[in-house]
Amino acid sequence: MSRAAAELGLLACGTCGLVSRAPAAAGAACPRCRTRLALRKPGSLARCWAYLVAAVALYVPANTLPIMYTSSLFGSSEDTILSGVLFLWDSGSWYLALIVFLASIVVPLAKIIALAALAASVQLGWRGHRAERARLYRLIESIGRWSMLDIFVVALLVALVQLTALAAVRAGPAALAFGAVVVLTMAAAQSFDPRLIWDAEQRAA
Amino acid sequence: MNRAQFLACPECDLLQHDAPSPRPRKALCARCGAVLYERGDGGLERTLALTVTALVLLALANAFPILTLELQDERTSATLAGAAAALWSQDMPLVAILVLFMAVLMPLAELAALAYLLLPLRRGIRAAGFAAVFRVVQFASRWGAVEVFVLGALVSLVKLGHVADVEPGIALLCYGALMLVMAAIEASFDPRELWARVAPA
Repeated sequence: MSRAAAELGLLACGTCGLVSRAPAAAGAACPRCRTRLALRKPGSLARCWAYLVAAVALYVPANTLPIMYTSSLFGSSEDTILSGVLFLWDSGSWYLALIVFLASIVVPLAKIIALAALAASVQLGWRGHRAERARLYRLIESIGRWSMLDIFVVALLVALVQLTALAAVRAGPAALAFGAVVVLTMAAAQSFDPRLIWDAEQRAA
Repeated sequence: MNRAQFLACPECDLLQHDAPSPRPRKALCARCGAVLYERGDGGLERTLALTVTALVLLALANAFPILTLELQDERTSATLAGAAAALWSQDMPLVAILVLFMAVLMPLAELAALAYLLLPLRRGIRAAGFAAVFRVVQFASRWGAVEVFVLGALVSLVKLGHVADVEPGIALLCYGALMLVMAAIEASFDPRELWARVAPA
């Protein structure tokens, strides 16, 4: 018979992992490490939704505005995230084009959609596919940082080329929007409490 | 009831018995498959040694250029701080801070916090503010992105390689090594061992 700690009036400390009896009053401390205990992450769903809405709003300018301006003796051009991928593809580095495409375009969008689906499934008390949803959450948490790839590339190109006389590279407004999307989706993933996926089962049972 | 005999899964809250010693190397949650704990090979001693190594690599990685560009007899180098400064001067202070935050500050915070906890513990001393510093390790390990930065530098290398001569610098090698050492830290560090040494529950 498997039961959650919370059902038995127990909870695990998020810092040191010690299982202790759930205190009656809010804000009690872990007996071992004195960390404030909480049964679940406070305001998990509300925070997750708020971060997601902000991320969706910024995802649009991040992909439509230029992320980088290049000017040289041969003229000037501007790059969006997608045109940067196409440049890599055309110049023969199809493997890098694929990596950047995955990290910059697919991963953020997939994270937003998957987290929204997870949050909605918990909100609606859905009880199916719990193990799959738990696995999906772990995947989202682990791939989140990779979206920073394009920001790092822009930072290095800007630093290398801005000082030369023959060419100049400037960061565009999409860099700011895209950086915000990365931070917001990571914050959304971290504010979601995966234990809520399993709580629905117990409430119904 | 001795509560140290129980574990609650951090991802689904299932209460489970801790295996009696000798415990297995790795335990997965019976319900959701999350890793409950994973015991490192060399214990905390090895984690500390790796942490010191990583701190040295991180210092070197920030003292030398990551990439050097040669275009028509003109050479420019980019350090990480230089990249952040360039973004800052282009009215992108938030992006500059984000780059420093994920590529330098968070790895530094994770490593410094680990060293702060582990060094005194060798002599059985519990460092002041132990739990708060441990939470710094937890937070910083989620936000540090050393491996992503290494890949970003490689992408930049290829992108610029089409129009100019670009060479990887010492710092890029250091960042590559740092990536491997930090992966080794993650594999060897067992928080349960840490807490058991601090205060046997």
